[in-house]
Amino acid sequence: MQIIGHLAVGPGFVPPSTADFNLAPIVGHSEYTTKPIALVFFSIIVISVFFVMASRKAAIVPSKLQFAGESIYSFVRKDLAEEIIGHGFLAYVPFLFTLFTFVLVNNVFGIIPFMQFPAMSHVSFPYVLAGFSYFLFHAIGIKRQGLGKYLKGIAFLPGVPAFAYILLTPIEIATYFLIRPVTLALRLFANMFAGHLLLLVFIGGGNYMLHDSHLFMKILSPFSFSFGIVMTFFEFMVQCLQAYIITLLSALFIAGALAEEH
Amino acid sequence: MHGTLNLVGYGLSAIGPAIATGLIFAAYINGVARQPEARSVLQPIAFLGFALAEALALFGLVLAFVLK
Repeated sequence: MQIIGHLAVGPGFVPPSTADFNLAPIVGHSEYTTKPIALVFFSIIVISVFFVMASRKAAIVPSKLQFAGESIYSFVRKDLAEEIIGHGFLAYVPFLFTLFTFVLVNNVFGIIPFMQFPAMSHVSFPYVLAGFSYFLFHAIGIKRQGLGKYLKGIAFLPGVPAFAYILLTPIEIATYFLIRPVTLALRLFANMFAGHLLLLVFIGGGNYMLHDSHLFMKILSPFSFSFGIVMTFFEFMVQCLQAYIITLLSALFIAGALAEEH
Repeated sequence: MHGTLNLVGYGLSAIGPAIATGLIFAAYINGVARQPEARSVLQPIAFLGFALAEALALFGLVLAFVLK
């Protein structure tokens, strides 16, 4: 009871909020020199260097580096592209592979010390990625089936009684043109946002408890820190999973646009 | 006591997606346990269902912050 009373008296723990995501610019006052932008550029360098190094000395008996690079590539190519898109999947492997590695590396930056900020927790980055996927799958559908047939395939599901179109057509159109791109972006954004907030709560809370004047709070603070560490590993899992899911959904959209009938 | 009721509302709204995610993975585990070779077929379906169910929980989270 004393602890609760003590908490109420002190200056109080300020829980992390959306304001913690608006980081000050690293250089100058421009909004283009912030940490997320720097991390995105850094991720491009990391990915490029890694895969150039991994594929440069390609041999039949692979080195460790080549093996790592090829495992990631074959995961996207076999488990995602080939399984889901099927015939003619090879043309879409570069897009899916770029999407997967870019999202994966940027997400994992969220738990790497000194970086510790997932760029995808700013909603503008996922929107751009979802935009690529959105325009790509519509372009494929229009190119493959023709504009009229493609739109007809979306709006009028085959094998449905005519009166159901009153309900189904608006839902289908909203799904394809609004819900799909928005959910694709928001899913990634909200996962990274929530994960970063969770880590801020436990690490920030532990920090607050450690600097509290009450001895009992100091003793309890390691529990908060250790839970923060556990959550960091959980975050790593979520980050990999979200990179997988955005690639999986993009592949599914492409497969849907390629298919003659929906 | 300070705070916002939004978070209580978010807690309540997260129950649905939590149960949904549990059901999806329970079905996936059941399927793989009965027929281990079906894993590669079931995996994308399970994760697609999980992503769709989880999206609802995340919309709740976003709205909990957005609505004042």
